[in-house]
Amino acid sequence: MQKIIFYFILTVLLIGIVSCDSSSKENDKTEETSHQVIQTNTKTKPKENVVYTVGEKKVPQMDFSELERKVLSQSNNKTYVVNFWATWCAPCVKELPHFEALNAKYKDKNVEVILVSLDFPDKVDTQLVPFIRKKDLQSKVIFLNDSNMNEWIPKVSKNWSGAIPATLIYNKENRTFYEQSFTFEELESALTKTLIL
Amino acid sequence: MKIFKILSVISIAILAMAFVPSTILNKNKVAKGYVIGDSIKDFTLKNVDNKEVSFSDYASKKGVIVIFTCNSCPFAKAYESRIMDLDKKYAAKGVPVIAINPNNPTIKPEDSFENMQKRAKAKGYTFPYLFDAKQTVYPVFGATKTPHVFLIQNTKKGGVVKYIGAIDDNAFDATQVKVKYLENAVDAMLQGKEIETKTTKAIGCSIKA
Repeated sequence: MQKIIFYFILTVLLIGIVSCDSSSKENDKTEETSHQVIQTNTKTKPKENVVYTVGEKKVPQMDFSELERKVLSQSNNKTYVVNFWATWCAPCVKELPHFEALNAKYKDKNVEVILVSLDFPDKVDTQLVPFIRKKDLQSKVIFLNDSNMNEWIPKVSKNWSGAIPATLIYNKENRTFYEQSFTFEELESALTKTLIL
Repeated sequence: MKIFKILSVISIAILAMAFVPSTILNKNKVAKGYVIGDSIKDFTLKNVDNKEVSFSDYASKKGVIVIFTCNSCPFAKAYESRIMDLDKKYAAKGVPVIAINPNNPTIKPEDSFENMQKRAKAKGYTFPYLFDAKQTVYPVFGATKTPHVFLIQNTKKGGVVKYIGAIDDNAFDATQVKVKYLENAVDAMLQGKEIETKTTKAIGCSIKA
């Protein structure tokens, strides 16, 4: 009888050790990948605060209601240039340097450039994050993960068909939406128009 | 003589003024395209089998699902198998699919006619995949992106636009779709009911002109 109890306890202990061991291995694994991308949450819970880290840059994931609250409806003294883009969109990628240049030129003049990525949720790690790293994007990047597009596209602008690139330039006084590509000159004049209007 | 000079300057100025608004007007006209209830103009484009296909070839059908799509756009790719399923489901009910690639292949080589032929063959498209080579059809529809869907009902007056927009409410994941906008519209049309949601918006790749 004592022998049986002894073996039982031994087995339980062994199972305990093995499972501890495997879980600590898994932790090691996640730490390894987290040098590149820290994901504070799993993909099964997209509504919670997922933040991708690219070098020193933080790229938060948002659904539309969060984006609307935090990015599209500010009423401070800043002017916001919000560009909707994706790594798969060639004309978007082509005009990104103009947004970067605008950000560099105007960031100290109460202007904030925000690049809202519409990449596919399963391509963030493999395409968006490497792209941001490779291009060393300086403007703020947000990953919008919200599949219910018919719901949120008209909230950005009634005139938006859904094609990208698209850009919203606004401050507390003026709000203009552009479904088009920009040259730097066009972009700068669109910004100054919003500033002056 | 001086009067002539002044007059010519004035007339040039008037001419210039007359030109500016008219070009702006034309631009708006092209960008506008069809709205719900519009009758559509017939069009003829080359299919991947090198034969010409006209909308009027489909006059005996109840309607047609016209989808502007392409090889290269990730959203078009995400919807490709759903587009194939739509044709399988609705061709039998008298509402087949016509796919049209509106992109300029000099900008997107992946969308060339040859690549369209390859893709249609490899995937086994059961519907025509037409090439808007001169880019004259998509502006008439007012398509701005791929995929962009127009449901046309054949009536005594010809084809009438009944629904414009997206296929469903989740491009990323077909298994997570909650509302099948296009199927709902086709079903309502076939039942002679009012289509509840006549237009929807979705993200897509801008058409490469």
